[in-house]
Amino acid sequence: MQAASHLVSPRIYVTIFLALMVLTGITVGVAFLDLGPFNTVVALVIACTKMLLVVLYFMHVRYSSRLTWAVVGGGFFWLALLLLLTLSDYLTRGPGWLTFG
Amino acid sequence: MSAPHATTHAPHPDLQHHFDNLEQQFESSALGMWLFLVTEILFFGGLFAAYLVYRMQYPVAFREASGQLDVILGGINTAILIGSSLTMAMAVYAGQMGRRTSQMVYLSGTILLGVAFLGIKAVEYSHKFHDHLVPGPHFQFTGADPGHVQLFFSLYFVMTGLHAVHMVIGVGVLLVLLWMAYRGRFTRSYHTPIEVSGLYWHFVDIVWIFLFPLLYLIDRHGPGT
Repeated sequence: MQAASHLVSPRIYVTIFLALMVLTGITVGVAFLDLGPFNTVVALVIACTKMLLVVLYFMHVRYSSRLTWAVVGGGFFWLALLLLLTLSDYLTRGPGWLTFG
Repeated sequence: MSAPHATTHAPHPDLQHHFDNLEQQFESSALGMWLFLVTEILFFGGLFAAYLVYRMQYPVAFREASGQLDVILGGINTAILIGSSLTMAMAVYAGQMGRRTSQMVYLSGTILLGVAFLGIKAVEYSHKFHDHLVPGPHFQFTGADPGHVQLFFSLYFVMTGLHAVHMVIGVGVLLVLLWMAYRGRFTRSYHTPIEVSGLYWHFVDIVWIFLFPLLYLIDRHGPGT
């Protein structure tokens, strides 16, 4: 018997699907409003929320072992290193690099 | 140390000799797929890093360029992929329950949605070709900063193109799964290939979840949008 593939009920899947669709609608709607720099923040926060829903429920990470959590967390940690260290270079290049056009 | 049960009854036919039990075997396969997905996170991550730097550096060009993309087609594609993740999750469920017909229905649904996504991408690409927005000798943009608008489109084609390649591979894998399901390969005890392929498919969906707002929705509230 396999057991370990935690049976997530289809009802949860449908709920997550609906939540993802609503969040997509919100993302598109907010893009048409002028929130200045917060447009980007909102878009990314919503995208991260959608990603979390997919990872935790569709990919069963919520029901997985700590080893799986460690690997998944490790992947995102590494991505954060890539992005943050790259930015730390560009953002410390002094004025004139960013045009804020 | 070998498990004592081996002397009392035959091991499950799908249990490979180097695993103690099916649960450990499944965990091992899932972990293997997760490790691969971590490499994929970094693979796409490099492109997102490039996008990040150039968007910060040329915000006007990126805003203008993003406005050239079709939000409706992009939005429909997003909905299609989210739907395909639902059908994929249902296919995994059918695998866990050992229901052959359900497996085939949901795997087919996922394949169809995946193909629909690719079809819409093809339409979008052909529009860009006709509008002279494909980077290269025929690129033409009459608005501001065409050089950096072309840069945006380079990123657009490489990022969505790489994503599309992943979709094509995913559809191929699903077709193989569909055949295996048809042959009755997946039971309550063994359905690992569906679960593991599901992880891959959901990952490709997540990449698009980020691609859509970053490419299509940079600024839709300026004048004229």
